[in-house]
Amino acid sequence: MPLLEDGRLRPDDWTSIEDDAPLPDGPAIVSLARLRAEADALAGRNAPLGVALDPGTQPEEVAPFLPRLALVALRLPKAKDGRAFSQARSLREHHGFGGEIRATGHVLPDQYAMLLRCGVTTVEVPEGTDPNTWARSRDAVRIAYQAAQGAARPLSLLRRKLELA
Amino acid sequence: MNALTPPQYARTYRYDEVDREFLRERIAEFRGQVERRLAGELTEDEFKPLRLMNGLYLQLHAYMLRVAIPYGLLNSAQLRQLGTIARRWDRGFGHFTTRQNIQFNWTKLEDVPAMLEALAEVDMHAIQTSGNCIRNTTTDEYAGASPDEVVDPRVYAEILRQWSTLHPEFTWLPRKFKIAITGSPNDRVAAQVHDVGVLAKRDARGEVGFEVHAGGGLGRTPIIARKLRDWVPESEFLAYMEAVLRVYNALGQRENIYKARIKILVRDLGDEFTQMVEREYERLPRDKYRLDPEVVAAIAAHFAPPPFAALEDQALPEDPEFRRWAAASVRPHKQPGYASVTISLKPIGGIPGDASADQMEAVADLAERHSFGEIRVTHVQNLVLPHVRQEDLYTLWQGLRAAGLATPNIGLISDIIACPGMDYCALATARSIPIAQRISERFASLDRQHDIGECFINISGCINACGHHHVAHIGILGVDKRGEEVYQVTLGGSATNDAAIGELIGPAFSYDAVVDAVETLITTYVAHRTPGERFIDTYRRIGATPFKDALYAPA
Ligand code: HEM
Ligand code: SF4
Repeated sequence: MPLLEDGRLRPDDWTSIEDDAPLPDGPAIVSLARLRAEADALAGRNAPLGVALDPGTQPEEVAPFLPRLALVALRLPKAKDGRAFSQARSLREHHGFGGEIRATGHVLPDQYAMLLRCGVTTVEVPEGTDPNTWARSRDAVRIAYQAAQGAARPLSLLRRKLELA
Repeated sequence: MNALTPPQYARTYRYDEVDREFLRERIAEFRGQVERRLAGELTEDEFKPLRLMNGLYLQLHAYMLRVAIPYGLLNSAQLRQLGTIARRWDRGFGHFTTRQNIQFNWTKLEDVPAMLEALAEVDMHAIQTSGNCIRNTTTDEYAGASPDEVVDPRVYAEILRQWSTLHPEFTWLPRKFKIAITGSPNDRVAAQVHDVGVLAKRDARGEVGFEVHAGGGLGRTPIIARKLRDWVPESEFLAYMEAVLRVYNALGQRENIYKARIKILVRDLGDEFTQMVEREYERLPRDKYRLDPEVVAAIAAHFAPPPFAALEDQALPEDPEFRRWAAASVRPHKQPGYASVTISLKPIGGIPGDASADQMEAVADLAERHSFGEIRVTHVQNLVLPHVRQEDLYTLWQGLRAAGLATPNIGLISDIIACPGMDYCALATARSIPIAQRISERFASLDRQHDIGECFINISGCINACGHHHVAHIGILGVDKRGEEVYQVTLGGSATNDAAIGELIGPAFSYDAVVDAVETLITTYVAHRTPGERFIDTYRRIGATPFKDALYAPA
């Protein structure tokens, strides 16, 4: 499936690997169980490694492996299920993870801006997605009242009161 | 001054250009979402959470638009505009709710963008009044006026409002999330039956801090909140709230809607929940979430006291009818010579919380004349004029009487909270508004009501408990029993400092018998009370047995 990054589509170089399937040479996403079971072998590979977390997994559980990971894939089983938002923020804020955080599953364009503000970098979207819908939704509301992840900080919490005064 | 200009001294939070732009962007976004829905780009399943985020519900007969009244504060221009909206796009009425909001029960989908634009003209909106997000924070309707106030809760309610507006992390919670904050040691916000209840207080040096409770709630599983922390310093307030919400967002139940509120998580985890919040709070980058004193001061400036005149307290006119109204409706003020006035939206036989467009306009006019243009909505579905000169009370009373708004029943047995029930609500299992009307008619004699004294009756039309029946002195819950509406009665609930869940008294009553049952409870109370004792105190002293015997004894 295509990926959305910075409001544009790009192809996905990563492959998600079933627990019992052999690993390819290129960038591979494995489950947390497999990561745990084969940590050393996986670290010895010469290609980027990623992990897919279930929405119920607490980011602490993956923390020891983060230095070796280039990607964490989070999942929204339903658009209403917002656990990935907390996982993303926790990965950035508590664990200092600097790699790609990818949102997969049932994601709505209307959630795009919030996902980015929580530290997500890419979204897996269905074939045929119009990236303009996503870009428009991302830019629809440019003002925010809270501190967010990442460098592109909107006028943060209540501060503007002073800046504008 | 045009009708939409806010009065100079009404202390509602004043939007700046940033706020206004935010609202314009947001309405445009919702317009786009409506269009995408109409074009079939969004399914109803996908659209539903988005419309709910914008306050649009689907009820039994029509859409209902729920408009946010941030912490229940209105200025006269806003109330007048609500009247205009009621007249133009509803059937001439608005319904004030227990969440200090207003609902328009007869909304047409195609009118919603225009209604939102009319609201935006007076800095109002319907954002986050539905959906699994942080809802409108509620606070004390006498904030800034009550003599017992220690901290002005409006300042922190506004901070919570801004912080929770389109929060990037907490907009897709397991379930809705309701916060109440009080700044008085006497809880008038039902803090202990909210998802989070906050008591703002001061330490010995006068610094502001917060006692935080979490996991209270009503619904099908009524629970009194658990105290998480006795003291969170002001600067750490938002950091601590972030921690509470993050634990809930990560761990709250999402499979079963009936177990998804934070109360279930807190109940199941107990002290472990507190510990998890503490751990999260400890490791948050505090600097990032620090609430700067300068920011607090800038927001507090919005709520500076209006220019009170130097007056002295004075005796009220002798007119007995006026006196009776004043006894129920007038409350002491911290400023000498002033008083707060509660306006009853519970006329005998009326629909609790309903106000007509004319009444909204009348109250707006009276507020301008007598209360610096400021109005509050109470969680008991009444209105308050917070700052009235005592010397104006008589004139005000006459004005209210002319508008049909002077029923002297505040805090009395006909000051009933009732949910919409079967008359509007798709989830209802029984009627609730007609029960309220019939009880109110049964006790129509105001002399009798004043003799009975303080007594809270709350009615819900199903187990979701929108009518707060669990925390009423006399709670009434309508349920369906093999196709028949029957009513369960609970006694002894309370939503104040001594918060308690009422206890079921016995088998349910039929629609026809429930008013008689209330009558029996009251007669029993009157027979047993000591001088000056309230219903709830008598109940606590003598217990349920005398009431049960009276209700269920063979004739
Ligand atoms: C007519 C449409 C309405 C529907 C479909 C509705 C539905 C619900 C549902 C399903 C719940 C339970 C939520 C839960 O526990 O997770 C609930 C709770 C609640 N509702 Fe409503 N409601 C409606 C109208 C109202 C109105 C008009 C009010 C105010 C007068 C109101 C006030 C409340 C309150 C305060 C609660 C919270 C009870 C608690 O703490 O659990 N609702 N509502
Ligand atoms: S308590 Fe039940 S009947 Fe009443 S408004 Fe809530 S959901 Fe509807």
